[in-house]
Amino acid sequence: MDKQTPLVEMKNMRISFGGVHAVDDVSVDLYPGEVVGLLGHNGAGKSTLIKMLSGAYQGTGDIYVNGEKVEIHNPRDARKYNIETIYQTLALADNLDAAANLFLGRELMTPAGTLDDDAMEAETRKIMGRLNPNFQKFSAPVSALSGGQRQSVAIARAVYFNARILIMDEPTAALGPHETQMVAELIQQLKAEGIGIFLIDHDVHAVMELCDRASVMKNGKLVGTVNIPDVTDDDLLGMIILGKTPGEAA
Amino acid sequence: MRQAPQPDGTGVFDTAIRDLVLMQENSKSFFSKLGIDTRLLGMIGALVVVWIVFDVITGGRFLTPRNLFNLSVQTASVAVMATGMVFVIVTRHIDLSVGSMLGFIGMTVAALQVQVLPEVFGLGHWSIWIIAAFSAIAMGAMLGAFQGWIIGYLAVPAFIVTLGGFLVYRGAMWWVTKGQTQAPLDTTFRLMGGGAEGTLGETLSWIFGIVAAVAAVVLMLLSRRRKAGHGFAVKPVWAEGILISLAAGLILCFVWVMNSYPIAKGAMKRIARSEGIELTEGMVWYHGVAIPVVILLTVTVVMTIVAQRTRFGRYIYATGGNPEAAELSGINTRLLTVKIFALMGALTGIASIIASARLNAVDVGLGTLDELRVIAAAVIGGTALSGGFGTIYGAVIGALIMQSLQSGMASVGVDAPLQSIVVGIVLVFAVWVDIVYRRRTGQ
Repeated sequence: MDKQTPLVEMKNMRISFGGVHAVDDVSVDLYPGEVVGLLGHNGAGKSTLIKMLSGAYQGTGDIYVNGEKVEIHNPRDARKYNIETIYQTLALADNLDAAANLFLGRELMTPAGTLDDDAMEAETRKIMGRLNPNFQKFSAPVSALSGGQRQSVAIARAVYFNARILIMDEPTAALGPHETQMVAELIQQLKAEGIGIFLIDHDVHAVMELCDRASVMKNGKLVGTVNIPDVTDDDLLGMIILGKTPGEAA
Repeated sequence: MRQAPQPDGTGVFDTAIRDLVLMQENSKSFFSKLGIDTRLLGMIGALVVVWIVFDVITGGRFLTPRNLFNLSVQTASVAVMATGMVFVIVTRHIDLSVGSMLGFIGMTVAALQVQVLPEVFGLGHWSIWIIAAFSAIAMGAMLGAFQGWIIGYLAVPAFIVTLGGFLVYRGAMWWVTKGQTQAPLDTTFRLMGGGAEGTLGETLSWIFGIVAAVAAVVLMLLSRRRKAGHGFAVKPVWAEGILISLAAGLILCFVWVMNSYPIAKGAMKRIARSEGIELTEGMVWYHGVAIPVVILLTVTVVMTIVAQRTRFGRYIYATGGNPEAAELSGINTRLLTVKIFALMGALTGIASIIASARLNAVDVGLGTLDELRVIAAAVIGGTALSGGFGTIYGAVIGALIMQSLQSGMASVGVDAPLQSIVVGIVLVFAVWVDIVYRRRTGQ
């Protein structure tokens, strides 16, 4: 696959916690306008791998963004390279409202140097109008929102700041069918805008439907990366369960 | 089994309940249109009840200008610290060291102005109170920052670090002067503790009140215009009108009460002599707003702005609500912890100025049990120990409720042990009510 420079390359990533190799020599890459699925059982290391990209964990290995080597030591560094993450836990402060969460860490300020809550709410209304037109609870703390509404706040936060690289950690795990469909449509739309997406999931069918390629992990190691059009559900399942690529599966 | 409706008293009873529920709903929507939260109403209600009950028991001696003036001065020190404790508790920490720290700072600064500074500048030099006050605040900020560093960067729980501080500062306080009481303090410094001299006086109090009232009205109108400019829903005009008149009215009413408390004859003679004024028969001077209360109100306004209008405040509440999310949003939560405890320390420094100036002396007992009063004030004021929730005004009202209870019981003649028992029970009861309230409103 040498069409152009990859948006992201992670090479020989390693991290261990208390002697356990959570991620062991894993390399993955992502191109503009592409969705790469990360598959594996719970504990296979997919979330851990991706947290090294979003700055939540520091491991070893080389990360390249647009072909340039970068150092990502914390979430602020990741944001600097337009890497945005939608965490499985959503990472929302439940006691704050949607606007405060959307702009957390990147608040809009008045010329006097104070928080411009009104401007932040106005911007939040705009983007939510696009993502989830039914959303109305702008002054309630996000703890008062439904699962889908909370999800849309988390998505809005990632999309609002011109993400180039988007990491979605099981984005549909807590959603109903209708909202899942909305997320699928959003992914298509973001793809069309040239954004690269890492989609972490353990639902093989979702990956088959949404992704262009899939990297499968097992016990912290990379089993292999395949083009989705070349494989079947069963091939992917075989990789996840047996840890074998389709070629070597007998 | 449902009972059939009966033509006798039960039906009337049902109707009465229905009416009551309707009335409650109506009043709820009335207050929700006003935009005052029910928690604030509850606290003010509790305060009013406490005041009225004591006023009735004492036969009208509680709600007098004299008692309210004393109450305002007695509340100031604990309330100043309680505003800082809100931030500490909102981020799921605790600070048990503030009482001892207040004592340590008070003793050090007292020794500074009694023993050191007069040697350097001469007794009563104009700069002594400035150096003393600045030292108190700086010392508090440094001690607090050090504790915050241990909590944030070395990951020792705040409970343990400040429990250590509680013991260390109380001991260190003794070492400063080998247990000797320091007195008298610098005369200008003493003004920050209130008393007959330590007030704004009548004219200045009125100016202060009018400026504050105008500022409140202007700010409320500006906020309304800004919201309307963005096309957000604003309160109905009548609701805004009521709120604005309430705010301005309360401020002016407070000043009026403080301006109705005459200064005692002895103090008048003292002041007249020091200022070279001839006292004539029938001359009456009034106290006005006490300086420690002006300090408290300033701290309250500044801390409210910090809580609601600055990044620092926003990060405090975000970290309290979900520390992991705050970290993932790029907030440096460790440094935040250092800043919060440094601020708590600085406020403890201010409180120690007020407390030592009020007593005009510092002995080794200064600040004893204050940490518990401060925590109780913050918690009664609606700060949740589970983190994420708490308001500055709530903590100040909490401190006022606690002080009202204690002063009230003292004036009724309840002895000290029973006072402790009552305050302890009230604390637990208030927190239980708060928990039930949160569960009902789903916060």
